[in-house]
Amino acid sequence: MSKLKIIQDDSTVITIKRVFEYIVRGHKSKFLFVLVSILINVIANVAGSLFIRILIDEYITPLLGVSNPVMTSLYYAISIMGFIYLLGVVFGYLYNRIMIQISQSVQREIRNDMFSKMQSLPIEYFDTNSFGDIMSRYTNDIDTLRQAISQSMPALLSSIIMIVMVLTTMAITSIPLTLLVVFMSFIIIQVMKYFSSKSGKYFVKQQNDIGDLNGYIEEMMNGQRVIKVFTYEHQVKNIFVEKNRQLFKSVNNANRYINMVLPISMNLANLMYVLVAIIGGILSVSGMSGLSLGAIASFLQLTRSFNQPVSQISQQMNSVIVAIAGAKRIFEVIDSSPEVDDGKITLVNAIVNDYQIVESDKYTGQWAWKEVEKKNVKYTLLRGDVRFEDVIFSYDGIKTVLNNISLYAKPGQKIAFVGATGSGKTTIINLINRLYEIEDGNILYDGINIKDIRKSDLRRSLGIVLQDVNLFTGTVMENIRYGNLNASDEDVVSAAKLAEVHDIIERLPQGYQTILTGDGSGLSQGQRQLLSIARAAVSNPPVMILDEATSSIDTRTEKSVQRGMDNLMKGRTVFVIAHRLSTINNSKAIMFLQDGEIVERGNHQQLLELKGKYYQLFTGIFELE
Amino acid sequence: MLKKYAEFVKGYEKETLITIISVVVEVIIDVIIPLLMANIIDKGITNGQMNQILKFGLYLVLCCIVSIVSGALSGWFCAKASAGFALNLRDKIFDQIQLFSFTNIDKFSTSSLVTRLTTDVTNVQNAFQVIVRICARAPLMIVFCTVMVFRINSQLALIFLAAIPVLGIGLVLLIMNATPMFEKAIAQYDNLNNIVQENIRGIRVVKGFSREKHEVSKFSKISSVIYKTYTRAETIVALNNPLLQFCLYTCTLVICYIGAHLIVNDNFTTGQLMSVLTYSSQILMSLIFLSTVLVMVMVSRASLHRIAEVLDEKSDIQNQENVMSSNEYDIEFNNVSFKYKLEASKRALNSINIKIEAGKTIGIVGPTGSGKSSLVQLIPRLYDATEGQILVGGVDVKNFDIEELRKHISIVLQKNILFEGTILDNIRWGKPDATEDEVYHACVIAQADEFIQRLPDKYETRIEQGGSNVSGGQKQRLCIARALIGNPKIIIFDDSTSAVDTKTDALIQKNLQLSIPGSTKITIAQRISSVENADMIIVLDNGEVESVGNHQELLKSSEIYREMYESQMNGGIANE
Repeated sequence: MSKLKIIQDDSTVITIKRVFEYIVRGHKSKFLFVLVSILINVIANVAGSLFIRILIDEYITPLLGVSNPVMTSLYYAISIMGFIYLLGVVFGYLYNRIMIQISQSVQREIRNDMFSKMQSLPIEYFDTNSFGDIMSRYTNDIDTLRQAISQSMPALLSSIIMIVMVLTTMAITSIPLTLLVVFMSFIIIQVMKYFSSKSGKYFVKQQNDIGDLNGYIEEMMNGQRVIKVFTYEHQVKNIFVEKNRQLFKSVNNANRYINMVLPISMNLANLMYVLVAIIGGILSVSGMSGLSLGAIASFLQLTRSFNQPVSQISQQMNSVIVAIAGAKRIFEVIDSSPEVDDGKITLVNAIVNDYQIVESDKYTGQWAWKEVEKKNVKYTLLRGDVRFEDVIFSYDGIKTVLNNISLYAKPGQKIAFVGATGSGKTTIINLINRLYEIEDGNILYDGINIKDIRKSDLRRSLGIVLQDVNLFTGTVMENIRYGNLNASDEDVVSAAKLAEVHDIIERLPQGYQTILTGDGSGLSQGQRQLLSIARAAVSNPPVMILDEATSSIDTRTEKSVQRGMDNLMKGRTVFVIAHRLSTINNSKAIMFLQDGEIVERGNHQQLLELKGKYYQLFTGIFELE
Repeated sequence: MLKKYAEFVKGYEKETLITIISVVVEVIIDVIIPLLMANIIDKGITNGQMNQILKFGLYLVLCCIVSIVSGALSGWFCAKASAGFALNLRDKIFDQIQLFSFTNIDKFSTSSLVTRLTTDVTNVQNAFQVIVRICARAPLMIVFCTVMVFRINSQLALIFLAAIPVLGIGLVLLIMNATPMFEKAIAQYDNLNNIVQENIRGIRVVKGFSREKHEVSKFSKISSVIYKTYTRAETIVALNNPLLQFCLYTCTLVICYIGAHLIVNDNFTTGQLMSVLTYSSQILMSLIFLSTVLVMVMVSRASLHRIAEVLDEKSDIQNQENVMSSNEYDIEFNNVSFKYKLEASKRALNSINIKIEAGKTIGIVGPTGSGKSSLVQLIPRLYDATEGQILVGGVDVKNFDIEELRKHISIVLQKNILFEGTILDNIRWGKPDATEDEVYHACVIAQADEFIQRLPDKYETRIEQGGSNVSGGQKQRLCIARALIGNPKIIIFDDSTSAVDTKTDALIQKNLQLSIPGSTKITIAQRISSVENADMIIVLDNGEVESVGNHQELLKSSEIYREMYESQMNGGIANE
């Protein structure tokens, strides 16, 4: 019907088409059944209107004035009608039920698709999109879409079928009256179109404003403590009030027109009903057409039935328009391009015997890169040799953050990065696990270009401890096991011991089963950091990346962490960023970074002898910033 | 519950009232139409009276026009009333959250506050819109129509009286069964949102461990739970329609049967039969409307309840009636003990007695979890002490004007946050009317100016949400600048230079000493180098003061301090 024409642009049609694809995919037979059920339900409904005519013309009128009328046949007629009605009720219930299943399952699929898509998006996406706005797509947008699918769609379908059936029946009963109905319907549709198009653009604005406000709410709820500390409540409140008012305006603009559609069209339908009565009456009285009293009565009843789908359509218009706006935002996420991952080389468990590498499906403690080329399978032992060759990187494609970085780390070597904040230390580390794509140059891992390695396998081979610790809702056990899902409870405990966090965990109310919520908000920063070290330890990777991991742990704990770390680092390639020269002076090589370039390199002793920046830093002559 | 609704209508009473009145007008006309219609059929068509048809026809057309106008009015004003209602609601909740103390904030998770301000508000708003438009309409319709049917034929009216309780009981049963399920389903949404939230925040960890599949399966599990609970709840509600149709059809058939007999026996007219049928469908329609509304209201009740939880949460830290303030800013802890939750068994702080003179430099050290952060958060009254007193300038902080207190006591939190906006905007949090020079000056002291100058847009550089486009060390320095721009009497650094290198850290310390010599500076640190020059160093252990003294004294008296010092010295960084 006209709803498709409301926002007459291609993207709307495409959006609707895609939603339909979700509905039809996997639910084809159910959907067909729904269509049939709606049809039966509608037929029963229309039959009811026709029944009035039969009742009056065949059972009442002939008996008028008859003494001792026999009405047994009426009894049969009513029984038959009752049966038809019953069918209608049963099928009505069935299609409703199935439609709920379909719409809920479509909702689930869309939500899951969006979430898995989100997981595959590059880090840039999260750098550039507001948190609350992403959230809003999961909540508001999906919800409106579900409502449209479960309620509006069957209502619209049944309305359309109803209109077709009723119009046909009307045409059989009386052509002139049917023309009147068609004419009035045309007017109603025009009115609906007018008001919907008026509000259409405001609906897009409304959904955007909701996202904007939610983004703000999200940020402020998160920064609530800072607001308190600075007694910034008034300022925050003022901005909020402004955004809130803006949403109010767009909601009001969008809804006032659409809100008028239902009452106006329903009353126009009422007017139509009245006009049918008047004109039908005139026709009948003037004898111009052979309309019987029963025919008029049943036509009136049909007109009434006609009102129902008309009001349904206008009622659903609102939610359909909002849902389309929401669906567009959902598909925006689903259509975002994922992280590029064309690596074919995978990581497998390996057994090394007689200079030959054999793949194993069990954990062997040794790993190999598996490269399949045509039918040749080539294994390369995972040793943890990482090389940067003339790597150039930029976040935005304009400003170069890393310039011509070349370095190597042989298996088991510890490479440290020193430099002022913003000199590119963290960036280098983000390149090793391919969170960002380099612009030029190569990064080789055991001689293989990391672009050829499947991302998940690449990252699996690297253990990381990041500057900002993120924990997940769940037990302490689960949080540590995050590093290696196959780890047994014992493995987790020994990793915790290694990170010297075991005693701290034991002291928590439920030990390892203590449930962490709100990003581990009950723990101190140091404890959170220790957990993240344990998490990295349990993954037992050949290469470790430590980004300022020890900066917030107290000295007492740090000493033990250092011991644990040393154990952990043994036999592994380690990339470490730390502000304490104490953590890095036993490194194989120290890279001194400045403005995205390595300006000095060598081990502690060599760098001291060089008497350059590192020497100055160490002796306190030079200041990093 | 209605009282709560009424409260948020404020400012939009006129719109709400107009909506209700127009709805009533509509209802009245809806009731009159079938009556006039019966006249057209009986007096006009059946008797062949053209003038009667025209007369009643005119009335009917007039009725419709009035109805169109009032319908349009109700739509127009209802939009404004309900949007205004939501506006008020959000304002009120946000306002309330601004009053929260840290204890209150601890109680609600961020994600649950966000859901309350967004999804829950939308639910309640939808319910409000429906209540205004349908709750006024349906009951009136039922009453009027029943009266009309009684006037036409009381015998037929009895059929309704039989049908209404059947339908009514059925609907009540439905609602009673469905409501708890909806409430359960909505609670699941919190879990779902939580997962999404954690994943967006922790995306680097997820990718780092390549746990995408793991997260997806976690997500789809909850997604399935929602699918199941919702499907079940909605399946129950889906019985609504067939129940109505069943009652409606049965009534229609019985009315037809009895009506036919009555007409044949000359006690009834065809027009009247039509009217009764119309009324019957209108009554039952209204009932079904009412039942959907009830379901909606019940669902929104869960939301309303969650909103009420926030609104009813008493902020435990508020100004006393007679607030005091002081020009002195020396600090005294008098036998202070503190627990985060009253029911907690362990005290975060135990019997603390400390005096801090104004203008001094204080260091606080101690192992993780020893209560360092708890201690300093009591000073600007971010939490209230469980026992004992904290005096600032001789005034118990509980009697101190909170705004005044916090204006003069600046704290750089350990888990600090920058907000979306320019660097200038962010620094101005510390002093909203600060000039650009003041901002610049604060950044120089905090050693932030240098890197800011290197940014393309300098002080106009936009900080992304959560400060994701600056490094940890840069973020900390911006937060320090933000804290000191207001020239506080007391400034507290809660491990706030952990990501800043030692040299810069030392420079910041030196700058602070020079630029705000009169302010008390309290520094929590892990590095001895950050506190060794302090006038007084407090060593905390397990919530208690282990020892107090300056660097030299503590090296002698405190085992913990000595241990820390030695381990850091051995690392060769203490003095660089």
